[in-house]
Amino acid sequence: MSKERIQISEDLYDIMPSDYQDLVKSATYGKEDRGWKDIGTSKELIEQHSLCAGCPESMAFRYILASLPNPEDTVMVGSTGCTSLVFPMVAVHNIHSLFGNQNAIASGLKRALSVRFPGRVKDVVVLAGDGATVDIGLDMTLQAWFRQEKFTTICFDNELYANTGGQESGLMQKGFVAKMAPVGKLFDKVRLPEIARESGCHYVVNCTVSKPSLVEKVIRNAVHIAREIGPTYLQLYTPCILEIGKNSMEGLQEMRDSEKPTERFAYKEYVSEPAKQLLAELAAKDKERKAAAKQLAGQVSA
Amino acid sequence: MADIHSVIGTKNKKGQTYTDTWKLMNEAPRTPSFYTGSEVIKEALRRASCDVMIAYPITPQSEAAALIGELFAEGYIGDYFRGESEFAVMSQCAGAAFGGARVFTTTAGPGTMRAMENFPMWSGARLPIQMIVTCRGINSPLSIQPDTLEIAYLLNTGMLVWHAETAQDFFDWILKGYMVSEEPDVHLPLALCCDGFFVTHTKDVVNLTPADMCLPPYDPYRSPVPCMDMECPPVRMMRDPFVMKSNYISYATHASWQQEIWAAVERSRKHSIHWLNGLIDAENTDAEIMIVASGTAVSQGREAIRLLEDEGVRCGLVKVKTLRPWPEEEIREATKNAKHIFVPEFNVTGWLAKEIKATIPNPERVHAGPRVCGGMTMPPEIIVSEIKTALGMKTFSLAGRGS
Repeated sequence: MSKERIQISEDLYDIMPSDYQDLVKSATYGKEDRGWKDIGTSKELIEQHSLCAGCPESMAFRYILASLPNPEDTVMVGSTGCTSLVFPMVAVHNIHSLFGNQNAIASGLKRALSVRFPGRVKDVVVLAGDGATVDIGLDMTLQAWFRQEKFTTICFDNELYANTGGQESGLMQKGFVAKMAPVGKLFDKVRLPEIARESGCHYVVNCTVSKPSLVEKVIRNAVHIAREIGPTYLQLYTPCILEIGKNSMEGLQEMRDSEKPTERFAYKEYVSEPAKQLLAELAAKDKERKAAAKQLAGQVSA
Repeated sequence: MADIHSVIGTKNKKGQTYTDTWKLMNEAPRTPSFYTGSEVIKEALRRASCDVMIAYPITPQSEAAALIGELFAEGYIGDYFRGESEFAVMSQCAGAAFGGARVFTTTAGPGTMRAMENFPMWSGARLPIQMIVTCRGINSPLSIQPDTLEIAYLLNTGMLVWHAETAQDFFDWILKGYMVSEEPDVHLPLALCCDGFFVTHTKDVVNLTPADMCLPPYDPYRSPVPCMDMECPPVRMMRDPFVMKSNYISYATHASWQQEIWAAVERSRKHSIHWLNGLIDAENTDAEIMIVASGTAVSQGREAIRLLEDEGVRCGLVKVKTLRPWPEEEIREATKNAKHIFVPEFNVTGWLAKEIKATIPNPERVHAGPRVCGGMTMPPEIIVSEIKTALGMKTFSLAGRGS
């Protein structure tokens, strides 16, 4: 789909919702260098959301949607949980079906799009919580990676079941007292980034969403590598401020505290050899494009 | 007027000609072939212009699922792979259908049960996936033998549910099934059931349509809900998700969505009648004794009727072809003269008899049996015996009954 597809008939323009008019006027579908800096100057691909005030997940959603390299041909797959409350507000096609089956849905979807649109780019991005990714859906998460399905899996890790009221999850830290862990969680936080690497992911990043520029970089890398090479996995810390007893304005600091070098969300990255090569090629092309643009600008001013 | 966008008459990459389905099914020459039910599924799929098939091993559908893999290797199917479990496979099927593909899969018994959470989701999402169900036992202790209990669980999922008697039904209904499922006013998944082993593993003469003719491809833009391929503008389908709000609007919206699914099941009636030549087949409806059955119990009932005729007892037969939509009026009409209605079934609970009792006036006419389960066969003699006993006639004692 290109931006031309979302024109509004003149006769109907005034009765369309204003957020849709804005999408047509100033969204960044098709903009080659779109990114987090477009926030504030263009229509974002997310309208209002119904998350808690100050929820870091809402920041993550905004940065991710601003950073998708190809939203006009991207389909997202969600799962049950807080994220499923946001997806109806997102201006790319997205699927919610069941709890935990997101990577199975994405496998079928990606293959169908490949059959129907050979030679065209159709990116698929999964975005689900840690319960969906690591507990109920772990089988399908891993099997999609084993099969080398070409899509990106993003896990919003808030270290518990937030939407159901703060129960223990596999990504919860050991010892944390929560519902269904009345004496504290008895086993370690599941090491999914390492498991992802061993399961065949070509790009794995573990980080927080405190820095929009970093989110932009890892999203672009993950989507490009998934498109060309194979599965990619991003585990992003989006703390549930409600369940860890923080106030609305404290989410950002919580992420900053958790990404210090010795903490569990210190930036960690794995890139496979073919993926390194692809990123180098993309960087070279980008440099070339920028140099050409600079030259052109020089000619114009001269 | 010729449709300039029509692909009818053009060829696919395998050299098959896209053919008007009505002509393909009703006018194209047929070749008698001696095949197992599994091979017949493969031959139907060869002609189905299927985009994606996803497989998982479980007896007795494994052979069919593997044979379709051969079709993929030959280039007749767009994509094919083995999923990791039936739950995952049915979600993968959903993903492919969300993406606008014509999708096919097969399952059986415990696999149907494991995947069950997906089926109301399929119908709620209006995905016209076709799933073959080769019924087998589901209870512990483990059994792989034929038993139709799993069909009872499918009846309230919002899927269309058809029950094939023979391999010929299977061949025709796979192709016709897509035509009903994909109608814009239906657009629902189809569970096409048969009795495992009896149909899948026995050979039968089946009249096949020409291998160089195939169905027109699926057009996902005839769907009543948007195809998730970003080829049409994304729309906000709801202000807030239903799950988010505990208020009357939210309940009412969800309720109307459910009602629409079942309205679509009802709307499939006219299309099913058109393609299947009625939702039931009925013979001797003036008889005072009727057998009403679905699946291979129909074949056994037909044989029982022949045996009874030899003894001067006249008996009629209703073959129920579609369980959803349920042929309520047809069954009422076909049984209106019957004083006794026998419902032979291959399951322990007698779900078909219960459906019939809830449908007809004077339901005490229904004799819910004979029933066999756990893989037992149903010799026509036990149907004869059941009928004669009910009529107060002398009957041979059957071996093992101790009478």
